[in-house]
Amino acid sequence: MNAAWTRVSAVAAKDLTAERRAKANIVAVTSLGALTLLVFGFAIGPDVATLRTAAAGILWLSVLFSGVLVFHRSYQIELDGGALEALLLYPGERWEIFVGKLLANLFVVLLVEAIVIPVALVLYHVAIPDTWPQLLVVILLGTLGFVTLGTFYSAMASRTRSREVLLPLLLFPMLVPVLLAAVEGSAAYLSGNAMGDAGAWLRLLIVFDVIFILAALFVFEHIIEA
Amino acid sequence: MLAIPAPLIQAEVARARTLAISLSGITRRFGHKWALRGIELDVAFGDLVVIQGHNGGGKSTLLRVIATAIMPTGGTGRILGKDLWREAAAIRAESALLGTTNGLYEDLSATENLLFAARMLGVRQPAERVAEALRQVGLANDAHERVRAFSSGMQRRLALGRLLLQQPKLLLLDEPFNTLDADGVALVSALIAGTRERGGAVVIVLHDLARLTMPPSATYTMTAGRLS
Repeated sequence: MNAAWTRVSAVAAKDLTAERRAKANIVAVTSLGALTLLVFGFAIGPDVATLRTAAAGILWLSVLFSGVLVFHRSYQIELDGGALEALLLYPGERWEIFVGKLLANLFVVLLVEAIVIPVALVLYHVAIPDTWPQLLVVILLGTLGFVTLGTFYSAMASRTRSREVLLPLLLFPMLVPVLLAAVEGSAAYLSGNAMGDAGAWLRLLIVFDVIFILAALFVFEHIIEA
Repeated sequence: MLAIPAPLIQAEVARARTLAISLSGITRRFGHKWALRGIELDVAFGDLVVIQGHNGGGKSTLLRVIATAIMPTGGTGRILGKDLWREAAAIRAESALLGTTNGLYEDLSATENLLFAARMLGVRQPAERVAEALRQVGLANDAHERVRAFSSGMQRRLALGRLLLQQPKLLLLDEPFNTLDADGVALVSALIAGTRERGGAVVIVLHDLARLTMPPSATYTMTAGRLS
C-alpha cells in the first residue's frame, strides 16, 4: 500500500509541478471561469433577484467550462513528449495513475473555484448564507464528482485524434446527474435552505460520487490501455 | 482433434520459463493492417538480439508488445518467465523500453523527471540514485534545467538515465543511438553490457549495425510483420 501511495503522490506532484510551471494555463482557465460568469451576467440583465436565482447554475457552468481545459491539459502533458507510454510501462496498478491525476485535477479545479466563487458572489449580488459550511460540502462533493468524471473521460479522449472535441461530447451528458444535484444543492443552501430539500441533494451527490469513483477505478485500466 | 500429451506441454512451458523471451504465433493488428504476423522468437538470458528491417516492418510494434505497452491480437508468449497476457504488470516491473520517443516531461527539470521515474519504480534512496544517474549520462551540470531547453541528444541521454535507475532484466531499445554523440553511443554500449553482465537480455532495433560496439548473439530481419 505504501508503494501504491508513493506512485499516486508521484503522479499528482508531477502534474501539479507541470501545471505550476505553465502559469499561462492556470491564468487562462481562471479567466475563462470569470468571463463565463460575466457574460452570463450580461445575458441575464440587471435584475438582482433574477441574478441571485441563476447564480448557482451559472457558477457551476463556469466551473464546468474551466474544468474541461484542466482535464484536457492533464493528459496533454503526457502526450507531448510521448510520456504516456512511459507512464504506462512503470510497474504498479493503473488505478494509481488515475488517483494521482484525480488528486492533481481536484487541486487545480478547487483553486479555480477559490477565485471564481468570490467573483460570482459579487457579480450576482449573493450574500454569504448562514448555511455556508453545508454549501461548502456541496461544492466539495460536486467538484469531486465532476473531477472524477472529467479525469476519466479525458483519459478516454486522450487515446483519440479528435480529443479536444470528444472530451466535452463524452463528459457533458454523463455530468448531468452530478451537475443537477450540485446546482440544486448549492441553490438551496444559497437561499438558506428555505424549502428544506438541500439534504436530499447532498445525499444524492454522495451516492453519485461513490458510484463514479468506484466505476472509474475499475474501468480506467481498460480505457487507458485501449 | 489431435490432443497434445500433457508432458509435452509441461516441457514446453518449462523451456519457456528458462528464456528471457519466448514468443509463439504473436500477431498484432491495427485496424485492417497486420503489423505482426505469427512472430516466433526465443531470446535467452544474457543474449543481445538485433532486429533490423525496413520502415513499417513491425520492429517497433514487436518491442512494444514484448514490453506490454500494447497487447498482441493473438499468439502466446512468456517474458522473463511470465505470461504475456496474464502477468503484464509483473513483466513491466522487470523490463524497460526506450522507444523512439523519450517519454520525458518538458516542463520538469532533468532531476524532477528522474525523481518521478525513481518514485514510480520504487527506487530506494532516490535522490542519490538520480544524482548518480545524471552524472553517468553527463547531465549533472544541467540537472535543474527544464527539459524543454534540452537538445534532442540531451533528452535522449536523460531517457537513458531513466533506464540506469531501473536496471532491468530485459532491456528493449528502439534505435537508441539516434541523436547521440560519441559519448552517448558509449553510454548505450555500457548500458547494454551492464544488463548482460547482470544476466539480463537485450533486444535492440537498429538500422545501422555498425554503431553496435559488440557482436550480437543473433540478428533478425523483420519484413511486413514477419521475422526471419
